[in-house]
Amino acid sequence: MLRVTSPHTHSARSTGQLMRLVVFATLPGVVAMTLAFGWGSLFNVALASVSAMVFEAAIMRLRGRPALFYLRDCSALVTGVLLGLALPPYCPWWLVVTGSGVSIILAKQLYGGMGYNPFNPAMVGYVVLLISFPVEMTQWAAPASVLPESQSLVGLAEGLKQIFAGVPVDGYTGATPLDVLKQNSGQTMAGLYNSDPTLQAGMLAGAGWEWVNIGFLLGGLFLLYQRVFTWHAPVAMLTALGLTSALFYSSGSDSLGSPIFHLLSGATMFGAFFILTDPVSSAVSTRGRLVYGALIGILLFVMRGWSNYPDAVAFAVLLANFAAPFIDYYTLPRTYGHQKARRATEKEEH
Amino acid sequence: MGSLIKVWDIPGGVHPPENKTQSLQLPLGKAPLPPSLTLPLNQHIGKPAKPVVQVGERVLGGQLVAEAEGIFSARVHAPSSGTVSAIEDRLIPHPSGYSAPCVVIELDGKDEWVPLERCEDVNSLSKSDILDKIRAAGIAGLGGAGFPTSVKLNPRADHKIHTLILNGTECEPYITADDILMQTKAEEVVAGSQLLAKLLDFPEKILIGVEDNKPEAIAALEKAAEGTEIQVISFPTKYPSGGEKQLIQILTGEEVPSGQIPASIGVVCQNVGTTVAAYRAVRYGEPLVSRITTLVGEALETQRNVEVLLGTPIEFLLEEHGFNAKKASRLVMGGPMMGFALPDPSVPVIKTTNCILAPTKKELPPPQPAQACIRCGLCAEACPASLLPQQLFWYAQSEDFEKLEAHSLFDCIECGACSYVCPSHIPLVQYYRASKGAIRLHQQEKEKSDRARRRFEFRQERIAKEEAEKAAKREARKKAAEEAKRKLAEQGNDSAPRKSVDPVADALAKAQAKQQSPEVQRAKLERSLEAAKSSLERARQPLEPSEPGVEVTDEQKEKQKARIKQAELKVQEAEKKLQQLTQDAQAPESKPEPEAKSKPDTKAKSDDPVAAAIAKAQAKMNMSPEDKLRSSLESLYKRLSKAEEKAAAAREAGDEKADALQQGVDKLKQKIADTQKELDEQKPSTVAEPSSASRHNDDVASQAIERAKAKAAAMETMSAEDKLRAQIESVKARLEKARERLANAEAEENENVEAFRTGVTKLEDKLQQLTEDR
Repeated sequence: MLRVTSPHTHSARSTGQLMRLVVFATLPGVVAMTLAFGWGSLFNVALASVSAMVFEAAIMRLRGRPALFYLRDCSALVTGVLLGLALPPYCPWWLVVTGSGVSIILAKQLYGGMGYNPFNPAMVGYVVLLISFPVEMTQWAAPASVLPESQSLVGLAEGLKQIFAGVPVDGYTGATPLDVLKQNSGQTMAGLYNSDPTLQAGMLAGAGWEWVNIGFLLGGLFLLYQRVFTWHAPVAMLTALGLTSALFYSSGSDSLGSPIFHLLSGATMFGAFFILTDPVSSAVSTRGRLVYGALIGILLFVMRGWSNYPDAVAFAVLLANFAAPFIDYYTLPRTYGHQKARRATEKEEH
Repeated sequence: MGSLIKVWDIPGGVHPPENKTQSLQLPLGKAPLPPSLTLPLNQHIGKPAKPVVQVGERVLGGQLVAEAEGIFSARVHAPSSGTVSAIEDRLIPHPSGYSAPCVVIELDGKDEWVPLERCEDVNSLSKSDILDKIRAAGIAGLGGAGFPTSVKLNPRADHKIHTLILNGTECEPYITADDILMQTKAEEVVAGSQLLAKLLDFPEKILIGVEDNKPEAIAALEKAAEGTEIQVISFPTKYPSGGEKQLIQILTGEEVPSGQIPASIGVVCQNVGTTVAAYRAVRYGEPLVSRITTLVGEALETQRNVEVLLGTPIEFLLEEHGFNAKKASRLVMGGPMMGFALPDPSVPVIKTTNCILAPTKKELPPPQPAQACIRCGLCAEACPASLLPQQLFWYAQSEDFEKLEAHSLFDCIECGACSYVCPSHIPLVQYYRASKGAIRLHQQEKEKSDRARRRFEFRQERIAKEEAEKAAKREARKKAAEEAKRKLAEQGNDSAPRKSVDPVADALAKAQAKQQSPEVQRAKLERSLEAAKSSLERARQPLEPSEPGVEVTDEQKEKQKARIKQAELKVQEAEKKLQQLTQDAQAPESKPEPEAKSKPDTKAKSDDPVAAAIAKAQAKMNMSPEDKLRSSLESLYKRLSKAEEKAAAAREAGDEKADALQQGVDKLKQKIADTQKELDEQKPSTVAEPSSASRHNDDVASQAIERAKAKAAAMETMSAEDKLRAQIESVKARLEKARERLANAEAEENENVEAFRTGVTKLEDKLQQLTEDR
């Protein structure tokens, strides 16, 4: 006869299930990426996932913990998948492995493992790679629809050669819409949309990219419907990004891009629904998550507009991770029976 | 009837599978009489009741077996007739699985009852009559906490109750006891509500709150409440809507302020079962001896609600309902969200047993191992009190009590919603319960150390004050001494103390010394009054810093009282003396002492102590040596008997001074023996030399005179300085010893510390005086 404390009943959901749902929800985005850029992203995802789980298991072994028990929560898998999606397709294999090593070992396990990491592991891995290997990290494949007619997407053999032997594939890369905007010199928005092949081939924010973003948006809506996370952080981020870009919008040559351009470019939707919603490194209360999301949205626009990097989801998220405890401090919810919310440092009222 | 009440939503909440249909397939049953009943004396919040029956006594149904101890307590009655077989500690239904005093009754199966006092016209009763009847019936909250009902229905005068809420929510899965009660006894729920409304001076609103998953109960209540001021309010099913605070929020939109009771916002909330029990107590005089309990779970063959006698062993009930122990994963008293696993099926049904849940392993599987918290926030979403459970968990792990309190841990109602939703299967509620316990313990310890610190600071302050007072007194004494010296010098040399070898003169000098100038005398008396007052103050002190939570034992109080009394007497005595002195000083001539007259040999009628001493000494001189010895022997015996008495009394009281007193007794005995020996020696010599008796007598007298002379001479050879120095030395040595003893006593927290301290103070004073004299 069991002698355990209440509650004796439990909802069916477990952490592992939640994580698997997240992985599942990346599917529309993954499909869109594969259609646009070829199988490179799929390969990245596979390699990053496997290496992340190997690193996780190794560290668990070193820490004297049951590796299988911890692998079953699938958090390493999620980190691997997210990192793999963030890396440029057909990048060298060591880049992927280094990234997942940094993510799992440095950003997660050295801080105490699952639940204790102050920063989003995948984003730490991404930023370390971006700073250390800028050349490899900024060569993004051009979407299929803008490739010259003579050229098709990267084939399996040449792709593998590039990934494992460093034999470069010719002409598969192209400037992303964000790159184009950053490097714009003297063209109006309309001119840009007419001259750049990617933007020209697209409907709203560039060929391929807009579909990738819509894919991740769909996945995110699915997770929202599944109540894996709350709407607060993603909605706050997208709203803040849309509002700031609308505020600074001009169609002239100094344009920083329209709201719809920003919402469907780069890693916007991927970040909003798969990175911001990492509960471990975000703010905890609903009010806190609103502030957290809005902060990322604003930072993202500021960095896209005025920094040297064309996209900045990783930087914005990491900066907001820094701010999360501070946000938590000021956004404690008002508890039942109390007049107002308390600060964490305030003593008992009576 | 149309509801005029807005139903509010509460934050958070969960929707666990309701599982309410299983137990509602069968009508309300009645459990058979078990062979014996075990009635715990504490089935309620508050003090346990006190048994009023004896082992072996036959009791009837409804007879009082245990009387309430104070207001926060509830009576216990015999649920059926039988014989009290034991009053002892038995395992009780409690999460900790501990034993507590119980009255055990072997039933005789006759179920004979004491006559019950019915009341046909409930409306004619006064408020206090109703309260008395409820109290007499031992009614305590049947919903779960077991709060004595009469206390709750008697709110403070400054709490005007505007809303009475009857709680028929029953939000816990599986439980249907209140549901079936409302279905079958709707009229009594309504009548009981009206009764309670009268007690609360007819609140503006009387609401019966029921979750919308009990349509039959709602229909029955609405029918019964037709034409009354009572409103039946149904609201969406969500756990934990039935929590008192949550229900109040749902029905009024108001929140009970943290740390306060619902009455502070004008609301009183009662469980419907309690309401019916209260009504039956008033209407039919029925004490609370049975209740409706849900027996449910797939490990039972029959799942239903039964009316069961309090004290019925749960294993008896389970057996009656076809319990399969092999299939059961656990036995829970209460629901699956807040109920607790029973330590043993032998425990009895008590006033708060609303459900016995016997689930199979498939139904409620064992908890999964906890994983790391990923701060997903599902718990915060589920929390009905808007807490941040994940943060609380974080701080509970690190035992950061300050942060826990800052995050309002004590507003957690332990509903278990957070644990229920936690995807990492962390037993969050258990962490909170443990932390609450740890914090309470920590607070108690902190209070203790605070008290010790305050005591220490107070002591330091007092010592400093005393030092300052002493210094002031020393100054005053010094001045007085100088003044006296000056006066003496003015008076000339005649009155300077003569050095005499004559014992008579010695006595005279002593007496003269005693008869100090009134100022000096006054100063001395004032000093002793001061000392007595300060010791009185000290005696009173330990009671003053006493605060709530600190228990002063009766023994300590008694001792303290005795000490205070003694000190008061001393103060009185000192005051009296001082007063006397003042009177004497005012009329020294006009009021001759009456005692002086009674003394036979005094030549003068005056009360002059000098003359009295002279007379005494002369009388002594005139005595024969034998007589002298005899008289001294007599006085020694007297002193011995007194000393022995004292020593005996001290030993009895366990006083530390007993040893010292015993030493004194021994010394006296020795002295008596010596004197006796001397007397014996004297006798033979008187017999042998009768003729020389008188000469011998003279000799003894002259010998004494010789001795005195020698001593005086020795003293004379010593300079006055030396004498004083010797005295000072000896006082210093004594003071040293006394201080050591005091230090020891303080270290051991001896209870005689005060006595030692007074001793040290006295010695210090003496030393001071001597030093000044020098």
